[in-house]
Amino acid sequence: MATPLRLAALLLVLVAAFASAARADLVVSRADRKVDLTSHIVRVLTSLKVENAGSEPVSKVLLAFPNIQAKNLAAIRAFGTEGKVKGLSSVLPIEVVEPSGVPPELTFFSASLHKPLQKGKILHLDVLTVFTHFLQPFPEEITQADSQLVVFQDSSHYLSPYPVKVQTLSIRLPGGRVESYTKYGNTKLVDSELKYGPYEDVPPFSYNPIIVHFENNNPFAVAKELIREIEISHWGNVQITEHYNIVHGGARLKGEFSRLDYQSRPYARGVSSFRHLIARLPARAHSIYYRDEIGNISTSHLWSDSKKTQLEIEPRFPLFGGWQTTFTIGYGLPLQDFVFSADGKRFLNITFGSPMEEILIEKLIVKVVLPEGSKDIDVSAPFPTNQWQEVKYSHLDIAGRPVLVLEKPDVIPEHNLHFQVYYKFNNISLLIEPMMLITGFFLLFVACIAYMHTDMSISKNSPSYLAKLQWDEVQATVQQIQGIFHQCLAVHDKLETSLHDLSRTGDAKSCKAARKAADAQFKELAKELKPLLLSVQSSPQSYQIWPKLDDLVAKERELQDKLMARHATVVDSVEKKQRGQDIENRISSQQQKIAALRQEVESLLEYLSEI
Amino acid sequence: MAAAILAMVPSYISRSVAGSYDNEAVAIFALVFTFYLYVKTLNTGSLFYATLNALSYFYMVCSWGGYTFIINLIPMHVLLCIVTGRYSSRLYIAYAPLVILGTLLAALVPVVGFNAVLTSEHFASFLVFIILHVVAFVYYIKGLLTPRLFKMAMTLVITVGLAVCFAVVAILVALVASSPTKGWSGRSLSLLDPTYASKYIPIIASVSEHQPPTWPSYFMDINVLAFLVPAGIISCFLPLSDASSFMVLYLVTAVYFSGVMVRLMLVLAPAACILSGIALSSAFDVLTRSMKFQLSKLFDDGPAISGNGSPNGSSASTVNTSSSKNEKTEKSEAAPKEKQSKKNRRKDKEVTESVSVKPKKEKRLSVLPLEASIVSTLLLIALGGFYVVHCVWAAAEAYSAPSIVLTSRSREGLHVFDDFREAYAWLSHNTDVDDKVASWWDYGYQTTAMANRTVIVDNNTWNNTHIATVGTAMSSPEKAAWEIFDSLDVKYVLVVFGGLVGYPSDDINKFLWMVRIGGGEFPHIKEPDYLRDGQYRVDAQATPTMLNCLMYKLCYYRFVETDGKGFDRVRGYEIGKKHFKLTHFEEVFTTHHWMVRIYKLKPQKNRIRGKLKKLKSSSKTSSTLAAGRKKNPWQ
Repeated sequence: MATPLRLAALLLVLVAAFASAARADLVVSRADRKVDLTSHIVRVLTSLKVENAGSEPVSKVLLAFPNIQAKNLAAIRAFGTEGKVKGLSSVLPIEVVEPSGVPPELTFFSASLHKPLQKGKILHLDVLTVFTHFLQPFPEEITQADSQLVVFQDSSHYLSPYPVKVQTLSIRLPGGRVESYTKYGNTKLVDSELKYGPYEDVPPFSYNPIIVHFENNNPFAVAKELIREIEISHWGNVQITEHYNIVHGGARLKGEFSRLDYQSRPYARGVSSFRHLIARLPARAHSIYYRDEIGNISTSHLWSDSKKTQLEIEPRFPLFGGWQTTFTIGYGLPLQDFVFSADGKRFLNITFGSPMEEILIEKLIVKVVLPEGSKDIDVSAPFPTNQWQEVKYSHLDIAGRPVLVLEKPDVIPEHNLHFQVYYKFNNISLLIEPMMLITGFFLLFVACIAYMHTDMSISKNSPSYLAKLQWDEVQATVQQIQGIFHQCLAVHDKLETSLHDLSRTGDAKSCKAARKAADAQFKELAKELKPLLLSVQSSPQSYQIWPKLDDLVAKERELQDKLMARHATVVDSVEKKQRGQDIENRISSQQQKIAALRQEVESLLEYLSEI
Repeated sequence: MAAAILAMVPSYISRSVAGSYDNEAVAIFALVFTFYLYVKTLNTGSLFYATLNALSYFYMVCSWGGYTFIINLIPMHVLLCIVTGRYSSRLYIAYAPLVILGTLLAALVPVVGFNAVLTSEHFASFLVFIILHVVAFVYYIKGLLTPRLFKMAMTLVITVGLAVCFAVVAILVALVASSPTKGWSGRSLSLLDPTYASKYIPIIASVSEHQPPTWPSYFMDINVLAFLVPAGIISCFLPLSDASSFMVLYLVTAVYFSGVMVRLMLVLAPAACILSGIALSSAFDVLTRSMKFQLSKLFDDGPAISGNGSPNGSSASTVNTSSSKNEKTEKSEAAPKEKQSKKNRRKDKEVTESVSVKPKKEKRLSVLPLEASIVSTLLLIALGGFYVVHCVWAAAEAYSAPSIVLTSRSREGLHVFDDFREAYAWLSHNTDVDDKVASWWDYGYQTTAMANRTVIVDNNTWNNTHIATVGTAMSSPEKAAWEIFDSLDVKYVLVVFGGLVGYPSDDINKFLWMVRIGGGEFPHIKEPDYLRDGQYRVDAQATPTMLNCLMYKLCYYRFVETDGKGFDRVRGYEIGKKHFKLTHFEEVFTTHHWMVRIYKLKPQKNRIRGKLKKLKSSSKTSSTLAAGRKKNPWQ
């Protein structure tokens, strides 16, 4: 607090020295300053009426700020109109200048006029300055129940290198308690507006420090860092991902945090905290998400109409002074709203800053991820930024996507202007990735087909290969043999059925015919079987199977004989008109043998099929 | 079929929520795979599969402590096979490599180490291994010698062998009996004796997963499988082979173990799935076969009747061949042979016994009426559909919601209780990176992962002493607890409190376990001090020790001011001690629904200790203490 006083003293000493250096032919005939202190971002609108009292035309107007203010200056903009009445104003370019012979405690900006101000003419100049970190919390640590008090320091006189004839200062406070303010002669506090002045005929560089100590419980939302990633996909989407690291920049919380107090009397206890932030997204934003590193955060609301989409997000916990949290929001935008083409080039036209309301971003990094294959990248931003390029690798990228990175400290809502990124991109590049996938799969399948159709064995006459070939042969033959045996079994079944028919109809003739047919079939099958058996026997690989096969053939032969015999017996006895009981007695012993044989044959067959 | 059922079984889904999975999910795969390879080896007698089997056993040992289940179940089955006279060389090949290779590999796993040969869990396998060798030797000799010589050798071997066996067993028993837990680890003992854990190892018993399950949980987890399993057992018994007897044995032991611990429902699930798969597939087999039979008969009868009335024999014979064909195709599907041969034998008998009525009778025997088979097929499909619906429901309702985000349905819609993550986010963003957090061990992993802070105890419960220390601190009065926490370099203490919204698994309900576990290591904490007439309560009837312990204070600090009475919605009564102040802890964060409360240890007050003592001597209430502190300019 001592600094402005000392500064003022110093200034007065230096005024005389500078008075000659500065061209004192400009006179500010009226200066009205409006300071808005309702949020934590301080906005000062200075309306100046500048008169050229000298003889030379003037083309530059100097604006002076103390260094302590200048270092917190986030944005400055000047609009000027010439003439008695305010007409259409035009934006004036502003640059930092260092005129000779000025005190080092001051920083000068110069607004260049579009055309020099002639003698006696009047210029209306509106200067908007925005400061961050200007309001100092005092006390610096408060408890949960206290409300947040901040200190604002400035001069009641407009600090100018020119003499000021008439000037006023009005300060808009957020309402609520005003602890103290510096009182001069004509100082008034009406409602939440503090007024100084009017002061008349103030010499150049007069500094009259004032201090306002007041209550400000508006959210001091400060993003320590915000990384905005804008990814363009020419398939029709602009995906924006914003990683926030938010801290409550006001007075730090000391002592306990009691949820009870916070819940039962939220306005009395915990008034200095904030629990939600509002983001205004473009109208056609879609697929909006809000999460942090441990998953989705369910406390958010979304409203949308044709003009805008409003997203209200609530961090996981209310933020008190000094508390911080991180989260990520992301949304997609339709491509045609933001990417246009002109002169064979495409350009992205999108806002620079964060969509959050009244948030101060200490470090903003905007990354524009262009599609793979973009060339001739060029950017035009309305204010100076640090720029460099990176490469990002995503799925199926070969060369990587070019990333344009813009970095700017101290970004405020006033910086939420459009910037343009120009680049060249060929639509055919879009097809590279799908084609790559298609080719990849195609090659894979071709490789599979090739593999299935080629013989990969190293040597065609190695013993193991030959053995394998032989084994395959044996297996094939064994399968054929199996088929024959199954046929045999089927013939057996036929014989059985003929027997059943016999018992029902007593038609011995047809039964005999069936037997004959079966006999013929058996012979045929035996013929077929012979060469197969021989081939198996000759093969060296069949040593495992051969005994079984041999066994099988023998058993099957026996079974055939038994069956035939039984068949003959039954038919004979039927012809001799014997009683069923007798027939049964006669064949019962055979019956058991047949069943046993059949079982053996089947188990052998099964064994073969398992091989 | 079983695979399809297993893919959806809820108890398995419970272990792999949203793509992430537990080690048990891996372990069950290893378990089933080991069993599969064992059965495969048993069927083929291939040494290749036996080696694979040992490798998969190694995988299982690596992934889960439940490997002892395998190493006990397989010997049991081997023993069963030997006793029932099913010994074969395939059995030997299936078992011997598993024991030797498996034990060697298991000993490589650090956690198991020499336990693989030292603890009693593994003795069964070695014993069976010896028996198996004896039996194998007997069979070998039997093959070599003539029956008479064999008998002589048998008596000789048996006398010598028995003597040796007894000696070995006696030594083992003596060794085992000399150790206090009889060589069994606590976890296995608690399985064999369900009351063991609650008596000796409170930390195992404190986990809700280690409690015996209730009937609804059976229904929830295996649903219609519970009805299909008995059918599966029956169809396993019909052709009792080595493999199916193994399945039955597996199921029976799994049912027992799941009855002891809820968590082991996981072991039961695959068994139940496989058996109900068997039941369903054999049921479908019978039904579709009879349908096919009937249909083919219909088609054959049609032309026979419309034709010139050719003898019945032809149609009957076609029917017969078709049926036999059916059976043959089945056979190639590796249906057990006993079943087939039995059927054939029966059929043959039929032929001889009643030649005249045979065709009709055969139909009645293995074939159901067409309508009945269609209806029952539809019913089975409906049952399967019901199972699918239930599984999807269970996956959606019970297991998809992560346990740290709770929801409740009210008239306005879904209400989300995201307090745990709120607290963890607060911890991770607003405390120093090096700060240590003390909480009950249940929240250890969550705190480590979500809040990125060091915790004192976490869900790894190998180290009992640390958990006991935290339990002791929680059950001590404030000052003693502060000293314990300070010695552990703890900055924050986190408690979970459900009394405001009625969240039942909070720290007050777990508190008795803290007392028990703490008391197990530090005898000055005695469980009866916290119980009034054997009852655990925190209302006006509660003991002063209970009402003065740290856990009570941290949970109910300023709780009474919410509704004026201090009504605890979980316990359903008003709390005992309503107005009190904390001297050594300060509340730094409480979540929206009060479910997580975080306290900070107040820094030590060196300089003003003298003053405090003076104050204490003048008036002992804590309120004046606080007032005195407020006046102190250095505070």
